[in-house]
Amino acid sequence: MTQLALVIDLNVCVGCHACVTSCKEWNTSGTAGFMSDYNPYDKDPTGTFFNRVQTFEIGEFPNTQTVHFPKSCLHCEDPPCVPVCPTGASYKREEDGIVLVDYDKCIGCKYCSWACPYGARELDENQKVMKKCTLCVDRIYDETLPEAERKPACVLACPTSARLFGDVNDPDSMVSEQIRDNGGYQLMPEWGTKPANHYLPRRKTNITIHHDELTRVDNPLNKERQLPMPGEDEQTLDDTTSW
Amino acid sequence: MNPAFSVIFLTTLIGVGQGLFLALYTGQLYSVVNVFSPRHSSEFYGYGSLLALAFLSAGLIASFFHLGHPERAWRSASQWKTSWLSREVIVLPAFMGTTFVYAMIQLNGWNPILFTLSDNFIVDLSLLVGAINMLLAFLLFLCTAMIYACIKFLQEWASSLTVINYTLLGMASGFTFCTAFAAYLSSDAIFIYGGWAITLTVFACITRVTSLIRNTKIKYKSNLSTAIGIRHSKIKQIAQGSMGGSFNTREYFHQAKPIIFKSIKWVFLLLVFILPTALLLSALTTNSFALCMLAFITQYLGLLAERWFFFAQANHPQNLYYQTI
Repeated sequence: MTQLALVIDLNVCVGCHACVTSCKEWNTSGTAGFMSDYNPYDKDPTGTFFNRVQTFEIGEFPNTQTVHFPKSCLHCEDPPCVPVCPTGASYKREEDGIVLVDYDKCIGCKYCSWACPYGARELDENQKVMKKCTLCVDRIYDETLPEAERKPACVLACPTSARLFGDVNDPDSMVSEQIRDNGGYQLMPEWGTKPANHYLPRRKTNITIHHDELTRVDNPLNKERQLPMPGEDEQTLDDTTSW
Repeated sequence: MNPAFSVIFLTTLIGVGQGLFLALYTGQLYSVVNVFSPRHSSEFYGYGSLLALAFLSAGLIASFFHLGHPERAWRSASQWKTSWLSREVIVLPAFMGTTFVYAMIQLNGWNPILFTLSDNFIVDLSLLVGAINMLLAFLLFLCTAMIYACIKFLQEWASSLTVINYTLLGMASGFTFCTAFAAYLSSDAIFIYGGWAITLTVFACITRVTSLIRNTKIKYKSNLSTAIGIRHSKIKQIAQGSMGGSFNTREYFHQAKPIIFKSIKWVFLLLVFILPTALLLSALTTNSFALCMLAFITQYLGLLAERWFFFAQANHPQNLYYQTI
């Protein structure tokens, strides 16, 4: 069974928020209604976003690592937000595992947002319905787009390719390979939600350099240096040949 | 969690309504088995049920203020197979409807004798409808409480004590109101209702305090390390992803000052349990309607504080992503 998901590589995420703005740009322009903003250019700006980037500092100075942490709906394989919905507006698609909200059925009771341990759902203050990441479902199947662009907006926007998109249930897919090879993990595994989105951890790149590798053995300058320098009171070639 | 007043009024008001009906039906059972012979007329049960219906309707109206799209509320009855909220949406109107039928049977005397078990035990229509409605009342307590108790990662709520507390607190407030109603009509059944009201209040106090103690000892399964998947004891949040707050920073935090949060616990312990018990005891010795009513009003105001605290105390794991609220 297909389970589309994002794999986010924390090792290369630079926290530029390009995924946040491209997500907002694409999804606020869609037919499902805009994502409302309040006081966007004023004090206390707020609004609906499907994706946010947070920043954490790990450790204490001087041994610190700054980790940028993009956070959106994880499209859980066992989503706790779906069974609690009283209207059936929240559902998980059989064909590709995307968790979606039917904005025409949602009554805005917020119960699903209580039932999501990740805080991935936000109530749109204008439309009064629950909204969340759709994995750009209106884009990834759009055959009018070139095939390379049939990916979520955030994935296309990422300048460091920290966001990968694919079927995590297909063992041969690029995302599955990345999860396997680079220690991909899930958030809050203790609740058994089986998030489809995975995160790739920070990885230290170690190479061993031997001492003899620091000096260049075949350096041509070595040849010149081997020429004996004349002593201070010795005659130089210039003394002998000057006229 | 950030307590929503619509839900606080919904859960407390329907609790009184359910408790009031259960009190009336208890009185009817007592008179059927002739434990005492109250001067109860069927009007007592009839008008009492209409009062219960008023509480339930007020609660139902309050619930609509919680919804973004109240006009679509009818849809919420569809997912009863999986959602406790959907089950509550079905059971609440069913309970209201049966309460209305029960009131009509009592007020209009549509009360044929169905069968007789012995000379003293006569089963009439109101007794049968009341029995069904009693089951619905308990089912409604279960549905309401399970909405909260079924969310396993809200560890303050995920306990059978949640169901027990909703049931006992609703019944205590309903029986207290019934005592006031009986006192208003100078019924001699005031001692039955008052006695039960005090008993239920004491039991509710024991279970609610038990849950308060339980909640101080919770070991949270999630922490910042499991939330972001980085194993380190020193993790500091630098940015939360938004400048001026978001749904996540508003919905899941009660934002009351710690001193207020702590004092509300003691306020509700005083108002829900200690004062009403004392007032009911003195009311029973003086047969005073005013004292009974004061006991109910005190207890109801206390329940508003209790419910606020119930919501505010729940610590949502998503708050781990918002360390500096």
